[in-house]
This record gives sequence, structure tokens and C-alpha cells, in this order.
Amino acid sequence: MQQAGKTEYRGGLHQRQKELMLRWYDRLDVSASTGRPPTVSMMISGNPVELLEGFGALPIYPEINALQLAIRHESLEPILAAEEMGYASENCAYVKADIGAWMKGITPTGGRLPVPTLALCNFVGCNTYLKWYEHIAALMNAPLYTIDVPFMREDRPSKDDVTYVVRQLMEFVKKFEALTGIKFDYDRFKEAVRHSNRAEDLWSQIKHLARKSPSPFDAYFDAITLMGPLYVYRGTEDGVDFFEMALAEMQEKVDSGEGVYDTERFRVVIEGPPPYPFFRTFRDMFAKWKATAVASTYSTVGGLWEFGFRHDAREPFEAVALHMIEHNVTNRNYLQRYDQIERYIEDWRADGLIIHFVKSCRLFSAGQGDMRDYFTRKLGIPTLYIESDLEDPRYFSEAQLRNRIDAYFESLDHHKSQAVVGDRSREQVTGDR
Amino acid sequence: MEPVKDTAEKARGYEGQQTGSGGQLEIEPYNLSPVPCHLSPPSPLPEEIIYDLNFATVREWKSGHPGGKAIAYFPVYAPVEIIHACGMLPVGLNGAGDRLDIQHADARFGSFICSIVKTTLELGLTGHLDPFDGFLFSSICDSARNLCFVMKRNFPDMYVDFLHLPHNPETTASAEFLKSEYLRLRDNLERMGGRRADDDALRRSIRLYNENRAVMRQLYDLRQENPHLIRASELYTLVRAGNFLMVEEHTEMLWNAIEDVAGRTAKSRDSIRVVIEGSFCEQPPLDLIRLMEEAGCYVVDDDFGLGRSWINEDVPLDEDPLTALAESYIDRSVYSSVRHDFRKPRFKGLIEKVRQRRADAVIFLIAKFCEPAEFDYVLFKRELEREGIPHLLLEFEEKSFTFERLRTEVETFVESLLFD
Ligand code: SF4
Ligand code: SF4
Repeated sequence: MQQAGKTEYRGGLHQRQKELMLRWYDRLDVSASTGRPPTVSMMISGNPVELLEGFGALPIYPEINALQLAIRHESLEPILAAEEMGYASENCAYVKADIGAWMKGITPTGGRLPVPTLALCNFVGCNTYLKWYEHIAALMNAPLYTIDVPFMREDRPSKDDVTYVVRQLMEFVKKFEALTGIKFDYDRFKEAVRHSNRAEDLWSQIKHLARKSPSPFDAYFDAITLMGPLYVYRGTEDGVDFFEMALAEMQEKVDSGEGVYDTERFRVVIEGPPPYPFFRTFRDMFAKWKATAVASTYSTVGGLWEFGFRHDAREPFEAVALHMIEHNVTNRNYLQRYDQIERYIEDWRADGLIIHFVKSCRLFSAGQGDMRDYFTRKLGIPTLYIESDLEDPRYFSEAQLRNRIDAYFESLDHHKSQAVVGDRSREQVTGDR
Repeated sequence: MEPVKDTAEKARGYEGQQTGSGGQLEIEPYNLSPVPCHLSPPSPLPEEIIYDLNFATVREWKSGHPGGKAIAYFPVYAPVEIIHACGMLPVGLNGAGDRLDIQHADARFGSFICSIVKTTLELGLTGHLDPFDGFLFSSICDSARNLCFVMKRNFPDMYVDFLHLPHNPETTASAEFLKSEYLRLRDNLERMGGRRADDDALRRSIRLYNENRAVMRQLYDLRQENPHLIRASELYTLVRAGNFLMVEEHTEMLWNAIEDVAGRTAKSRDSIRVVIEGSFCEQPPLDLIRLMEEAGCYVVDDDFGLGRSWINEDVPLDEDPLTALAESYIDRSVYSSVRHDFRKPRFKGLIEKVRQRRADAVIFLIAKFCEPAEFDYVLFKRELEREGIPHLLLEFEEKSFTFERLRTEVETFVESLLFD
């Protein structure tokens, strides 16, 4: 998340991102010793961070802790500690890193992390969340509440789905009032929903800038920088300011025709989370080919806004519910993910698709072979399928990945030059006429 | 009397050994005759029914019910009463064991995915599921859920549906939501040609399944008291046969079994009493279940056919039937790794089960790559250790056929408990 290097665009927003994220960790450290502000541990997927603003509470995101550990090459030790407790080598390594780090007192910044006032399992798609929170509650001795979010088994959520989630959101509010003695501030909540609406709009505009050629940023690797503030600060003024700044910087790059590399040789869509323990190495494998990700499914885990959804402050609880049910990649069904990728390939004009199979994460990976089949055989899209892990460094085989990626871009290059030859001859034909 | 016949053509790895590795453990050979199935002749054994990849019982039912539809459901639980009330045959699928070579499904589901997901898809891609008219999946785990939608793409003409079974029993909204989910299912089934399942039809079906579950409970209790009279593998095939038969037929089969078992005489052996945990979805090979008994375990409870006994009290007949079914799913049900009930952690449920069944130990029999079971193992283990209950972890794949290492592990475990 906070790495320097030749291939990354590093403007003022990176500095600002760092400040915001450190401030968040500092406040968590304060809360660990004073109990104030109260905290809610929850998942990134379709996170209802707006509700927390109604209490002035802070989110704790175990996934962010886990990825920070991995990116700093510190994930193996907690993973091994968790395996010693009985976790299987196949279990999601995010959970193992988080639990192992908790048991060993390791934190991403070295500061302290509080026992959450409430462990809130927002069950948005991933069944592992349910297990993770059961374990957090049992091992940290924290009170637990689950928001059971109906999966997207039809094209649109039903009225019953929305009612079900809204009722649970309200029960969460009651429960948190009882736990903290703080009265829920409805106006502040509404205000947060308004901020979210604005931040989401800006974020969506940024994502649509990647449709330009060259794209001003990488919608996989750079998007991750923007995702932290999106989940922690979306419902605040700071969040809105941050995304205003980010949009302005990106727009400036578009205006001056500046892309991620001096030339943009390839435009790809990437599916699946990144290998955080080798984030830089992995990125460089794409940089070598000046390949820019113009869209990614991973950047829509917390919310899918580029297709038009915004929180609506007129019905704030319903808005939060809809975000959780329908507008994030994790709670959408597999075929809806195929559609999402297809739309990216068409509207963001990508040359091909990269599927990164993550062994930890069945939510993403179970069925990716079928996805490959669909995109290569049904749609004829050049597709690369590679495997490693998002947290466990033991599953990254560098040489093999490099070879596969090189071979893919070589053939894509060939493919493109053939296509260009094809286009030229067509032009000639038209010109002759 | 003869030992139970090994009808799975290949009894690979099953050598019928009856002595422990150390040679100190004397186990009496089995002397129980198989429970006959009592279906219309030629009467197949339960074991033949459950391992038949051609689904002869389903085909037979369909030819006897022109226009009738068969709906297959993936483990663990499905509201079979609703399917039944629509005049359809609900069939519980349990993968393909070791009877199908995976040719296509590996390319679709890759590594780190449990076997049942692949064999189920393979069954479909090889035409074995042709007798079925629809498939139901539910919110048990990410692999099974994604499989549902992969099936949908690969079988576009088939009715494929996903039920969101709730995970927050703390709220009363849960039962209401589930009822709406059941209404949706009923409408879909009716639309695809099912009979109208009105309240009376639903109540009739509920009554039949109540009886079926009650007999099953009785059999389990009987086994708990007399584990030497009915083998685990026998009870296993009896219960699982219910996945393929109309409920009335299955209930009759179970009644006959009870009668038969009650009339048996056999000496009890030197064995430890174990609860088996973790085989609620992908099923262990039958030979592995046999092996555990041969190695000196009396299985006094298990979660093999968990979906069939999910609801552990009668579903009330004097309420709105879909509400009664929904409430029963949530409140009159077993603990399970694929459902989350934060009112009562499931490790408490396991301890209670061990006490109630007077078990000496727990054996975790977990399918490779089964994430729900693997996660649960951590907290189960912690609690068992706190309570001083011995346990053993074994991993299997439905398609495994050699178990020598597992046999040694079980024997060593049994010996350590019997002779300590
Ligand atoms: S399985 Fe995937 S989505 Fe679920 S917690 Fe692990 S990494 Fe996240
Ligand atoms: S065996 Fe386990 S992981 Fe596999 S489908 Fe069943 S519950 Fe899911």
C-alpha cells in the first residue's frame, strides 16, 4: 500500500493517503488504552462504515491489518503461529495472519490495536467471514453481532432481502447503543451517507478516467492506495477532500496525456486479489511490459460504484442495505462477476484478462477455471490464469509466474500486431475505394 | 451369519483386518446380517442405491410418475418438504465417491477445492445428472455457492437455484426472511410444473418427514445403547438411502431395520465409543467407516447425513406450514459447521453431544479442502482439550481408496485409550 518505486505514480495523494491511514492507526492505539472512541471490527466487503459515524466509532478492518503485514513481509510468522493452533494449511491466510498476529501481539504499525467494542460480522458474500468473526469473538472475548446479508441469487434483490437487512442494521444500532451508552445520532449518520455519496461519485469518476488511453493510473495496483481511505473515511469530510484531490490529480494527468508508463503498450483487466507478500515483484512483472490494469474486480470488494450506485441520503438505512446486498463484488454471484469483467473489457477497452487464482480465497477462486473457459472459448478474449496467494508467501513461485506472464504478453503482442496489420489492410482497402 | 457383503465392486484397500497393529487388540468378527431393503423386488441393498451413479431409483420413480420432476440438492440441508409437497422427488446428491474419473471438472475448479464440488460438476458434464430437472444449492460455503452458478452457466436449460439459509438466528427477522425464501422456492417449483403446494399438501409432507426423522432418531438412540448390534456403515447406508427414495418408502425401510436390529444378538466388543464430526458434506468412503469400526471404535453419533436429521424435533403442524418450517430450521435444529448460531457456539453443542452419547472421544473426519470443517476444528479442539476429551483428526477425500496410514492412526488412538 505504501511503497515507493519507479513504476508507481506518486503524487500528493500518496502523502495524504499515508497521513490518513496513520492517523487512523493512531486513533486505534488511543482507543486501545482509553476505550475511546469505541470501535467496531468488521469486514471490508460492503462495509457499513456510515453507521459507525452515527456513534463517532472507528472501524477496525482485520483484512487491512493482514494485508499490511503481508506487504511488509511480516505475514509468515503469524500464519505459522495460527497453524500451530490447528488452522489448516488450506484455510484463508488472511484469517491465519490476523489471528496469529493477535495471539503474538504483532500489529502492522507497532502501535496497539483495541479489543473491539463489538465484533460485527457483516456477512457479505464470503462464508469465511462468519468463521473469522466466530474466532475473533471467542479468542478476543468480544461481543458479536452478525448482519446476515442475502446473497445475490436473482438479478436484483427482493423487497424481503432489503427489509431483512434493514431490520438487522437497526438491531445493530440498538445493540451498540446498549454496549456503549452512546445514543445513535441519526443526523450524523445521514450526513455520513451524504459524504459517502459524494466520495463514491468522485471514486467512480476516477475509475472512469481509466477508460482514457493512456489510463492515468493502474486500476489494480494504484487503486489499492485509494482503497484504504475509501473504507475508513468514506463517510467523512476528510474522505470527500481526499477523493477530490485524487480526482484533480488524475484529471491533470489525463489533460497532459500522462499514463502509467511512457507508452501504454497493453490494457488488461485483472481478476482476483494481489499477492501482497510480493506486491512489488508482481507489479514489476507487468511494468516490464508496460501493461496497465484499466479495471479490476478486487477494487470493487468494498463497493461497486462505477456502474452507477450511490448511497441515497433520503433513505439512509435502505441505502446501506443496498450497498451491502447488491453493490460490491463479493455478494454478487459468479455470473454477475463474468458480466462485470465483460463490461470492463468492452467499455474500458482492454486487450485481455488476467485471472489471479488465490489459493486462500475460494470466494474469488472457486470456479475461476470455468471463468477462463468462458472468456477464452466463448468470448475469444486472451486470458492468462496464474496462481499464488494473497497473504502466504509460500505459494509464490516467482520464476514460474514471470515465465507465464512474459509468454502471455509476447503472444498478446503478436496478437495485437496481427490485428494492427489487419486494421491497416482494412484501412488500405477503404482508402483505395 | 455372514459379514456384510462388500458390494462396491472394488473393495480396494479394504482387507478386513481384525487385529490391531500392536496385536494386543482382539476384536470379534462381525456377525450381523445386512438389513434388507424391503422395496419392491428385486430389492436393492441400501448400499447399492446410494452408490448408483445411474440413479436407477430416480429413473424408476419418474417412469412410474409420468411428468414427475426430480430435484437434486447439494448438501447439507434442503427443505425437502416443499419439493415433496409440489409432487416432486427430492434427491440428496453426495458427489461421486471414487466411481467417476475426473476428466473435465478439474479444469473448471483447479486446486485447493474439495472433491465433491468437482465430482458434482463432473456428474453433470458427463450426463449422469440427466434424470434430474433441477438443482438446489444453499449458503454453506464459497465453493458450493460458486458451483451453483457455474452449473447454471453450463446447464442453461436446467432449473438451478440458490437458497440463502440465514446465519443470524438472533433476530426474529431471520424466520420471516426464510419464509419469504421458501415462498420463492415454492413459486419457482410450481412454475416449472409442480403441483400446487397449498397448506394442506405442505402439512401432509411435513407429517411424513416428521415421522421419517423420528424413526431416524430412534435408530440413532438404539445404536447409542447397542452399538454392537448395528454397524456404523450399516446405519450410514440406511440413512443415506433416504436421499434417493420417496420418504414413505424410506421410513418403512427404517422401521424394518429397527425391527431387525432389535431381534439381533451379538456380543459387545472391546471398543471405544466415539462421536464423528466433520463429514456433513463430502462423504467419506464406506471402507473408511468400516475401518474405524474394525480398528476398535463404536460410532455412537455422527454427522454423515446431517441434512436428513437437521431438524431434531417435530415441525409443528398447527401453524402456517412455511413459517413452521422456517422456524424449525433456525430453532429446532442441530448445530452445524455450515450454519452460524451465535446464541450458542457449536463447540458447546459438540460437548453436549459427547456427554449425551456417553462417548469416550471425538474423531474429526474432515474432507480435504473443506474450509468450514477445517476452521471449526480449531475451536472444537480448544474446547475438547479444556474438557479433557480425547480427539483425533483424520483427513479424507471421497475418492481415496487406500487407508493404511489412517488405519494405523485409528488403531494407535484406540489402543492409547483402551490400555492407558
Ligand atoms: S476467503 Fe477471500 S474474501 Fe474471504 S476473508 Fe479470505 S481473502 Fe477475504
Ligand atoms: S465439502 Fe466442505 S468445502 Fe466442500 S462443498 Fe462441502 S462444505 Fe463446502
